[in-house]
Amino acid sequence: MSDWQPTASLANLKLRAELLTKLRVFFAARQVLEVDTPALSRAGATDRHIHSFRVEAAGGPYYLHTSPEFPMKRLLAAGYGDVWQLCKVFRDGEVGRRHNPEFSLLEWYRLGFDHHRLVGEVAELIGLLVPKLAGEPEYLAYREAFQAHAGLDPFTARPTDCAAAMKSAGRHPPAEAELDRDGWLDLLAGDLVYPALGKGRLTFIYDYPESQAALARVRSGSPPMAERFEAFVDGVELANGFHELADAAEQRRRFEAERAWRKAHGLMAVPLDERLIAALEQGLPECSGVALGLDRLVMIAAGARSIEEVLAFPSDRA
Amino acid sequence: MSSYSTNEFKAGLKIMLDGDPYTILENEFVKPGKGQAFNRVKIRNLKSGKVLDRNMKSGDTVEAADISELDVQYLYSDGQFWHFMNPENFEQLAADATAMGDAKDWLKGEELCKIMLWDGKPLAVTAPIFAILKVTETEPGVRGDTVTGGSKPAKLETGATVRVPLFINEGELIKVDTRTAEYVARAK
Repeated sequence: MSDWQPTASLANLKLRAELLTKLRVFFAARQVLEVDTPALSRAGATDRHIHSFRVEAAGGPYYLHTSPEFPMKRLLAAGYGDVWQLCKVFRDGEVGRRHNPEFSLLEWYRLGFDHHRLVGEVAELIGLLVPKLAGEPEYLAYREAFQAHAGLDPFTARPTDCAAAMKSAGRHPPAEAELDRDGWLDLLAGDLVYPALGKGRLTFIYDYPESQAALARVRSGSPPMAERFEAFVDGVELANGFHELADAAEQRRRFEAERAWRKAHGLMAVPLDERLIAALEQGLPECSGVALGLDRLVMIAAGARSIEEVLAFPSDRA
Repeated sequence: MSSYSTNEFKAGLKIMLDGDPYTILENEFVKPGKGQAFNRVKIRNLKSGKVLDRNMKSGDTVEAADISELDVQYLYSDGQFWHFMNPENFEQLAADATAMGDAKDWLKGEELCKIMLWDGKPLAVTAPIFAILKVTETEPGVRGDTVTGGSKPAKLETGATVRVPLFINEGELIKVDTRTAEYVARAK
């Protein structure tokens, strides 16, 4: 048996360790507090397309966290100020060249920042850790990115327009009824739009459709815009951030809608996080937060093609 | 009938799509962080050889294609079918011109070939990499000219035509690479 050996080179593990040292200096200099929150939770992520590992335990199941977002927001609501965390998170079924079911997420929250100000800090951190990305980033609205790389307006496009855009790009789309509207946008994003972003530099996408708000605030208007952003380098999605939703009733409504969707699609029911809702009712300070895939950042710094090259032991050797 | 989930996809897996058998050449898991996951696959149609890209929803299942490979010996052609024998059990198999593809250009008898079966029926035949065949028709050779590097067409005993060096004469044996249909060397 030869698969006892690590898949990452010693040089890549050293590089990873160096980046972690710089990371700690970065946050310490900004007086952002490093925290640690539970990986096992009684509640879980209700996201339509993120699947928690369920762990059987005394007193009922736990769920391995898919991001530390909920407990970190409870710290914010408790008045603990700016916080950051680097932790392993777990997402079932995500295996590929850029995915491993357990991976390292860097997540941080900044009080009084809107999403644009936080984007600036994300760019600063990435530039510090990967000097070749230290130049001026590109900023594109979600709509502009789709217009440029898929040739359509994602706020008005119907599934039939999305299928036509795929065909004219020489791609073979699935049957129209196989995907809902957001599914079509995700397909175009993954196949045509995102791969074209961040060529040799950092690209930020912002202002998403309301249906893809996740935990972001929605700015009213026509159409309404979700105050969410993502960062890309060489077509790879590196970070996702929100101008955080603080409205407890709206948060509960979104969780319930996601739970209903999961149920209708035969997916595992995940308990809604009542402690997060209670914290939001108490009051979440005005803030923005972001989650950054650390393994992917190490991949970029190392020039690695596959996540295996930066993980000591990927899931098939775990 | 067996099936595969996209989670099991990897290069070399044989699947059914729109009624045709395919082999997976490349498989990539693509997922916007918060969005729907897809498997972007590059697949080759085992009947036509055509290569396609497809995006499939992760978690979907597809039927497995019943594909197997056998080492067989070529016997003869009746003009419509090419007949082979499995040397292990002496069973005979007949492949049509479509399944033969280019392989028919290189067979004269007794060669060991690979035959791909779909649902037990011949789908594609692969000839041995090198064939030794007699030249039956070509312009007269230029004696001693082994350096100018010119070439001319030569018809072989199987009916196939390949380009050969100028010094090759009718009646000589040559070695051909069947993957590229190119002359390799004079053979004895």
